[in-house]
Amino acid sequence: MSSGWVRMAAARGHAIRYGFIVLLFGLIAYFAIAADGFVSPQSAVFIFQSVAITGVLALGVTATLVVGGFDLSIGSVATSAMMAAAYVMVVLEQNAVVAVVACLAIGVIVGLINGWLIVYMRVPDLLATLGMMFLLVGLQRIPTEGRSIATGMTMPDGSVANGTFGAGFLALGRHRFDFFIPNLIPVSVVVLLVLAVLIWFFLEYTRFGRMMYAVGSNQRAAELAGAPVKAYKIWAYVISGVFASIGGILLAARLGRGDIASGNNLLLDAVAAALIGYAVLGAAKPNAFGTAVGAVFVGVLLQGLTMMNAPYYTQDFIKGVVLVIALVFTFALSGRGNR
Amino acid sequence: MGNDAVFRVDGLRKSFGPIEVLGGVSLDLHAGELTVLMGANGAGKSTLVKIISGVYERGSGTMSLADQNFAPKTPAAAIRAGVVTVHQNINDGVVTDLDVATNLTLDRLSGSGAPTLFNSGRVRREAKAVADRMGLMIDLKARISDLSLADRQMVAIARAMAHQPKVLILDEPTSSLSSAEADRLFALLDRLREQGVAILYISHRMSDIRRLADRIVSMRDGVISGVFDSKPLDYEGAVNAMLGRKIHLDRIVARNSARPVLTIDGLRIAERSSPISLTLGDGEVVAITGLVGVGKTALAETLFGARKPLSGTMVLNGKAYAPGSTGEAIAAGVFLVAKDRGENGIVGDFNIQKNISLPFHRRMSRLGVLKGRVERAIARRQIGELGIVCRSEKDEMSALSGGNQQKVMVARWMSQAARLFILDEPFQGVDISARRDIAAKLRASANGRATLLFVTELDEALETADRILVMSEQTIVGEHRNADIDLERLLAEVAGGPLHSAA
Repeated sequence: MSSGWVRMAAARGHAIRYGFIVLLFGLIAYFAIAADGFVSPQSAVFIFQSVAITGVLALGVTATLVVGGFDLSIGSVATSAMMAAAYVMVVLEQNAVVAVVACLAIGVIVGLINGWLIVYMRVPDLLATLGMMFLLVGLQRIPTEGRSIATGMTMPDGSVANGTFGAGFLALGRHRFDFFIPNLIPVSVVVLLVLAVLIWFFLEYTRFGRMMYAVGSNQRAAELAGAPVKAYKIWAYVISGVFASIGGILLAARLGRGDIASGNNLLLDAVAAALIGYAVLGAAKPNAFGTAVGAVFVGVLLQGLTMMNAPYYTQDFIKGVVLVIALVFTFALSGRGNR
Repeated sequence: MGNDAVFRVDGLRKSFGPIEVLGGVSLDLHAGELTVLMGANGAGKSTLVKIISGVYERGSGTMSLADQNFAPKTPAAAIRAGVVTVHQNINDGVVTDLDVATNLTLDRLSGSGAPTLFNSGRVRREAKAVADRMGLMIDLKARISDLSLADRQMVAIARAMAHQPKVLILDEPTSSLSSAEADRLFALLDRLREQGVAILYISHRMSDIRRLADRIVSMRDGVISGVFDSKPLDYEGAVNAMLGRKIHLDRIVARNSARPVLTIDGLRIAERSSPISLTLGDGEVVAITGLVGVGKTALAETLFGARKPLSGTMVLNGKAYAPGSTGEAIAAGVFLVAKDRGENGIVGDFNIQKNISLPFHRRMSRLGVLKGRVERAIARRQIGELGIVCRSEKDEMSALSGGNQQKVMVARWMSQAARLFILDEPFQGVDISARRDIAAKLRASANGRATLLFVTELDEALETADRILVMSEQTIVGEHRNADIDLERLLAEVAGGPLHSAA
């Protein structure tokens, strides 16, 4: 009886550990058979491209989840960065470098403010970043009185904005690198992969990443082990803000204008990817690899279903189903959620 | 005092799994009498209180209230029968977002017969009746969150008394009150005593006990170890019965030290407390003992930079030492094994290896990248050094016994050389063999540093230290070389008694 029990426990352990990865490959296999042209370099690139921006945001929010926090402002940081990029180039007629620097500055500043609110003003993380989200959604509309930004637009004072998106900036959204096939991999996918590897290495292999996990698991113990806990928490929000602003840069480069209505889904999609990541390899905690897999998982599912002619309005429902299943994996099956 | 007890506990036993927490406790409470229950952490006080108040089910034994069998299934049943408990955490007893009147009548809002509609006029009338009976001078419309801790406590007690109980149990009620606030509580208890309530009062504070006790019952290791009811009360005897002294002491050879490592001068850790001055020497193991709440942890945290002293100076290795953070303390070679390892020490998501390396990442990494091989080698070495029972350094902490978890905490801080090694209640929740292992390891490795232990249990100090300092009222009141100790004087100092004129 006991050996049967051990075997069952081991099987359960494997199911929790590899369940989601197996599910991902099962899904790919299924679509490969059921949907024509699913298995092709172009299709794979399209999947990555479709999740690149949410993926970058998700990697950022992972950093705040690691220290036991949360960042609801990432979506609005991304759209604010997008609007700022458009404003800097179209209205202020600056070049691409200035636009990128402005976007990154927004990410850093918002991250610092979030961290300050949470660490020093003692506002709970969800509420602080919710407030910041509202603030940014409103702020990005003020300079243009609520209008989208495009070359030739009329400004509130009646003048015409004559600046243009620099070619270098647009290349961030449109250039494709050769990879065996010419013009295959878009810049956004490269950015996603590079950032994923960076944050993964940072969290898993550096002492800073290790201490961030310690802060998230037992803040008091980390403090009594000599860690400057407040600084770590603030840094996590800065990372999240910067990643979100990079997402915003990619979004602006892809659209070629500052579209006031875009980016509505960014926050929820990114958070979903990070939470799905908890279930990957049975980690039951935020982790960069899981977040990346989570983002790709959602991309594969949506691309496959789209190729099988599933209507677009079912997409959010499907994402929700995946998220709920992943959360059950994490909290019920692995038995670590109830600690 | 009458001989017929209003409340009687007889042969009460309780086990959690294989661990027996209460081993046959018998206790009488008399009407109009205040009985103080003393006991160190883990003596079984809380378990006893929880059984009496209907939170836990008892293992075996009987309880009777006014000669009737008393076996409450729920806390509500205990209250209805006339046994009311005021728990240690004051905010557990009140709803902070509601006003005083609603809080005073909270238990009438539910249960059979309670009206469906909330009638604030009736609530206020009933509340006024409750408050008047207790002589409570608090604005009934005030919100609890605007009240001081003492007032909240009064509200909780007043509501409890609205049931006109025969027995009132207070679990460390003054632990978060100022002395002026405590005086108000004492006046209330005096009134209740006159009204004929039998009171069981759990406390460590000797000043409270001297002020209130008609009778003292000491508890140790799940049994009653002493009952003191003849006046004048034998306070030292009660402390001795609570902290005890086992016969089979391993005699240790007390060492002296010539080279000072840390010198403390005029350190004050609390308002209105006397300053602390002491010197700790190289190779020396010093234990500071004293009851719970006398400032042991505050002193430990002050030395470790987790708390700022009010005044005074420290000199470490001949240099001024005033750590602004725990990180600075660690850099200076001052390490602390904090008490309550679950709360202050263990990182639950980390395995043994990662828990051991936690404070010393900087020394184990290059350009910020952790050297996994070094980290693993140190963890393996420390597991061997302290004899931690585990399958490998990758084991989760939750898989370890309490003793082994504590060994991991000690192993963590012994993985690098300390100048001052502080351990706060290192033997808490640790079985006897792990305790011996840790103590032996501390003594064997003592050279090259000063070792400072904070322990409540006297045995632990006598077993491990070269020198024993006694703490009372946030300061050091006595010093003993651990050879031919005058135990009577030591116990008097612990009890803060009149035998000893305050230092």
